[in-house]
Amino acid sequence: MLKINNIKKTFNMGTENELIIFDDFNLSIEKGECTSILGANGCGKSTLFNIISGVLSQEKGEVILNGKNINSLKENERAQFIGRVHQNPSMGVSPSLTILENISLSEKKCQKFGLKKLINRNKIDDFKEILKTLDLGLEDKLNTEVKFLSGGQRQSLSLLMATLKKPELLLLDEHTAALDPKTSRLIMEKTQELIKTHSITTMMISHNVRDAIKYSDRIIMLDKGNVVLDVRNGDITEKELVSIYNSRNFDSSLREAV
Amino acid sequence: MNSLLLTAVEQGLVFSILAIGVFITYKILDFADLSVEGTFPFGAFIFARFITLGLSPILSTLLSFLLGTLAGLITYTLNIKLKIKALLSGILTMTLLYSINLRINGKSNVGLFNYSSIFDNMEEIVVLIIIVAIVKILMDLFLKTEVGYLLIATGDNETLVKSLGENCNKYKLIGLMLSNGLVALSGALMAQFQGFADITMGTSIIVVALASIIIGDTVFRNSRKLRGTTRAIIGAVTYKLIGAVAIDLGLEPTDLKAISALIVIVFLSYNTFSPDLKIKKQKKEGAL
Repeated sequence: MLKINNIKKTFNMGTENELIIFDDFNLSIEKGECTSILGANGCGKSTLFNIISGVLSQEKGEVILNGKNINSLKENERAQFIGRVHQNPSMGVSPSLTILENISLSEKKCQKFGLKKLINRNKIDDFKEILKTLDLGLEDKLNTEVKFLSGGQRQSLSLLMATLKKPELLLLDEHTAALDPKTSRLIMEKTQELIKTHSITTMMISHNVRDAIKYSDRIIMLDKGNVVLDVRNGDITEKELVSIYNSRNFDSSLREAV
Repeated sequence: MNSLLLTAVEQGLVFSILAIGVFITYKILDFADLSVEGTFPFGAFIFARFITLGLSPILSTLLSFLLGTLAGLITYTLNIKLKIKALLSGILTMTLLYSINLRINGKSNVGLFNYSSIFDNMEEIVVLIIIVAIVKILMDLFLKTEVGYLLIATGDNETLVKSLGENCNKYKLIGLMLSNGLVALSGALMAQFQGFADITMGTSIIVVALASIIIGDTVFRNSRKLRGTTRAIIGAVTYKLIGAVAIDLGLEPTDLKAISALIVIVFLSYNTFSPDLKIKKQKKEGAL
C-alpha cells in the first residue's frame, strides 16, 4: 500500500553539523494494517512521517502510495490521501474558530473552496452525531471556540477531523504523548475504534511499548535511521519488546503506560 | 453636535476603513504589514490623478481600491516568493511607494478643492456612514465564506490549511491585497475629506490603525459577539475622539503623534496587566 524505496535524507548538508538520517532506507506497509514505529528521539521517526506527508523532501528515493509515485506532490496535495494527527493538539485545529467551523472546514477537505457560505445548517445534525461518537459532550459545544477546549478534547477533535474524509493512510505522530494517562488511553481507544470501523491503514509513532503491543498489527523499531526490529504483533511479548527497547539505550525516552 | 466632535467622528469613520484593512493583516493573518504607510497616500494620489483627469469621484475612488490591492501583491511577492521577512517586505513596499506616489501626479501635494468629490451631494457624515456600512457588511459576509474561513485558519494554523489540501500562500495573497485595497480606499476618502492629497499623510498611519484595533479590542474585550470589523470601527472613532478631546484641552495638533503612541502603549499594557475574569470563566466552562 505504502512503499518507501531507497530514501536518503541528510540534514544541514555541507556543514560541519551534517547528519545523515536515512541512507538507502526501505519500508513497505500493508493495506488496512496498523503499524507502530518505536525508537529513541533522533532515530528518524518524525523525519519519516515528514517525508511521507511531504513536509520534507528527500535527496534520493521515492514514496509510493497505492502504486502511485507521490514524490512530486506537495504537502497540501498529498492531503487528499494522507491524514495526520500531531503531538500538539492545536496543530490539527484552528483554535480561534468554533467546533462547528472547524468540522465544516474538514468536511470540505480537498474540495474546491469558494465564496459560498461555509456553515451549512442542514449538516449540523450529522456533525452532532459524529461528535457524539467521541463521548465528550462536544456535540453540545458546537459554538465554543476550540481554544477553550482541553488538550484531550482538542486532540479528539483533531483525530475526528483528520479521519472525517477517510484518508488512505493515517499518520499518528505521538498523538497521545502530550496528554495525561487517562485522556491518553481514552484517545487511543477512540483512535482504535475509528481505524477499525473505517479500516484505515495507519502508522503510529509511539514511545509507549504497551500501546504498540495493544493496538498494532506490526511493530517496527528504528535506530539511527535503520529498521532494527520488524515483528508481527503476537510474535513478541511486551517483556521481550521492552528488553530490546532498553538494550538499544532507549531508556531515556521509554515511557510505559500507567 | 459640536463641530470639533463631528469632524472627529467623520475622520474616525474614514480611518475605520483603514483599521478594517489593517485588521485583516494584523489580527487575522498575524502579519505586521507596514506597507500601508505607503498605500494610504497611494490611494489618495491615485484618486487625485483620476479626478484631475476628469473621471467621476465614485469611479476614481473605486480605482484607488483596485490599484491599492497591487501594493499587497508587491509585499506578497517580496515575502512569499523572495523569502524576505514580513516586516522588511512591508518596509520595502512602503519605500517603493514613496517614490511612486511622487510620480503619480508629479508633485508631493495636490489640491482637490476645485474638483468634485463623493461628498458633493450629501452631508459628509451620511456618505461616510453609508460607505463604512457597505465595507463592513461585505467584509463580514466575506469572512463567513469558505475562502474567508480559510483566511482566518491561515493566520491561526498553516498546518491545518495544508491538511485541508489548500495552499496557504493563496490566502496570504488574498489577505494582503484586500487589506491594501481597503487602506488605499481609506486614503482616497481622506483626500476628498480634507481636500488635498499629500505625501506625508501616510506617516505613522500604521500607529493610528493599530491604535484603533487595540482600542476596539480593549473596550469590548468581553463581548464575544462583537465582530472584529465592528470593533475596528468603534476603535477608530474612539481614537479620533480622544485626539479631539486632547486638542480641546489645549494640546497642539503636532502633539497628536505622541498621543497616538501613548494611547497604544496605555491600551496594550492595560490588556496585558488587567485581570480578565470573564475570559478565565469561559475557559473554565469550556474545559469542563
